[in-house]
Amino acid sequence: MKKTFLLIVIVAVVIASCKKDPVDEPATPTPPAATTGSLKIEFENMVDTNELVLNSETYVNANNDSFTVSKFKYYISNIKLTKSDGTIFTESESYHLIDEDVTSSKVLTLSGVPFGNYTAISFMIGVDSTRNVSGAQSGALDPAKGMFWSWSSGYIMAKLEGNSPSSPATNHGLVLHMGGFSGTNSVLKTLTPSFNGSMANVSSTVTPEIHLKADIAEWFKSPTTVSFATTHTIHMGGAAAKSIADNYADMFSVEHIHN
Amino acid sequence: MRFVLNIGLVITIAAGISSCSVDPAIKPVLPADNIEQVVPAGWPQPVYKFENNPLSVEKFKLGRELFYEEKLSADNTISCGSCHQNFVAFAHSEHALSHGINGSFGIRNSPGLFNLNWNTSFMWDGGVNHIEVQPLAPITNPVEMNEDMNNVLAKLNADGKYKLLFKNAYGDEEVTTERMFKSLAQFMGMMYSYNSKYDLYKRGEQGGNMDAQEMAGYQLYQQKCASCHTEPLFTDYAFRNNGIAVNINLQDSGRAHVTADPNDRYKFKTPTLRNIMLTAPYMHDGRFNTIDQVLNHYASGVVQGPTLDPQLQSGIQLSAQERTELKAFLNTLTDYAFVYDTRFKDPN
Repeated sequence: MKKTFLLIVIVAVVIASCKKDPVDEPATPTPPAATTGSLKIEFENMVDTNELVLNSETYVNANNDSFTVSKFKYYISNIKLTKSDGTIFTESESYHLIDEDVTSSKVLTLSGVPFGNYTAISFMIGVDSTRNVSGAQSGALDPAKGMFWSWSSGYIMAKLEGNSPSSPATNHGLVLHMGGFSGTNSVLKTLTPSFNGSMANVSSTVTPEIHLKADIAEWFKSPTTVSFATTHTIHMGGAAAKSIADNYADMFSVEHIHN
Repeated sequence: MRFVLNIGLVITIAAGISSCSVDPAIKPVLPADNIEQVVPAGWPQPVYKFENNPLSVEKFKLGRELFYEEKLSADNTISCGSCHQNFVAFAHSEHALSHGINGSFGIRNSPGLFNLNWNTSFMWDGGVNHIEVQPLAPITNPVEMNEDMNNVLAKLNADGKYKLLFKNAYGDEEVTTERMFKSLAQFMGMMYSYNSKYDLYKRGEQGGNMDAQEMAGYQLYQQKCASCHTEPLFTDYAFRNNGIAVNINLQDSGRAHVTADPNDRYKFKTPTLRNIMLTAPYMHDGRFNTIDQVLNHYASGVVQGPTLDPQLQSGIQLSAQERTELKAFLNTLTDYAFVYDTRFKDPN
């Protein structure tokens, strides 16, 4: 009798666990109204008031050394936008490599941005320390992009190459590879260039465009005036890279915002 | 009713059997392509636990093909396996330094590869911070494989064999740096070496009976070597100047090459003593061919200098008998089960 009772219990359990719950099959759902849109950031690489032209144009730094630029690349990461109500939109997987030589790289499109009026932006020049110690990465962070030091792991956060008659290096070269993600010589900089009272208004009909000027002249100006006779080759983290990073921490400014 | 009850009974029993069919106490003989994480008894947790890189047999197999793939080098002549040979615990037999493409030579000795998941850094100078990006160093080094990653990706993308291997491992044929490096990390991360006679002794397993000479050597090791070559990995992963004279032809500053700190000059990472009898020649530039030469150095060859490790200022003295005993112990650190593990052989 006991056995029979046990079997009944077991069967009951089995049946109960097999019973299919009635599923609410919704009628064709109406798509929810969109609440997010897009926002574009356009980078304009310049030297003072001159548009950057690779190789052919000659510029002058704050030390009066003339120079040309053959490569100009930098990482922009961890982009955040602040709305007028104080809420913050954080782009996910926010890693972008801006390369003067690749036109398409100079316009970023952020999607999934909640509708609203944005009054501020913040981002990092470089790649946050976490991604420097997290192994194989893809997309903008793919080491095949040539922005990763194989012999001393870490990203080259910004790279400027060119020539200057003032440089005593081979072929008067300038090779400035800015890196170092930890300790006192970290070159990582988080910037918040001002919107100067303007707003970027994300809505169902408007994809605003923030035009950011990146000024190479700032690399060599202040607080430390850079002479290419003494500073021409940087290929590892350290005090020299940190000094230039302290200079370029104000290289970005918001030119204007299209709405 | 009786019929229905019986069906219920059968289902219940079947479920019970299927959930208990593997007795965890009985370890099955590993099939050739078994891969699973291992933390041997008494070892610390590894640094690398395959986070964001879930283990699979297909990824391991892809990693194995890549490890032995000569297309990783600029002229398609050198693979990882060229300088990391299976039969000597993945060191480079008979080579103080290894040759790269075009007759070039590197400046450092090719180390054995095993227990890499415990490494806190890679390379003699610790310049590489993660197992997944380690392959980038030899692939792009001008005196090793001297290749651009974009060329590597193009060569593998054009190879039908890899289309299939990447598809099997990742679901589609796309060859990417990240997939390559994660698969290589699976292959290299599976290189566990924990079955030497010493290990069997420590675990009280069959085959682990050390004789009196080996035991005496073990005690000598504990007194004179263990502060740097620390158990159970037989390295503390620290960087030290062990007093070997600077090689004037190579002018290798060691750890300082990475940190630019004069205090790190001529410091190199403590190498493990596991499989030491297989991984000659010794030192960062492979200058010593035998363990006796190494012990001679510690006895009378230590060069004083500002960054010399304080523990080595008076060298390490051993009597002839002690030297014999210590070598007997070092012999117990050879893991033949690892060296003969068929999973790591060149598949082609």
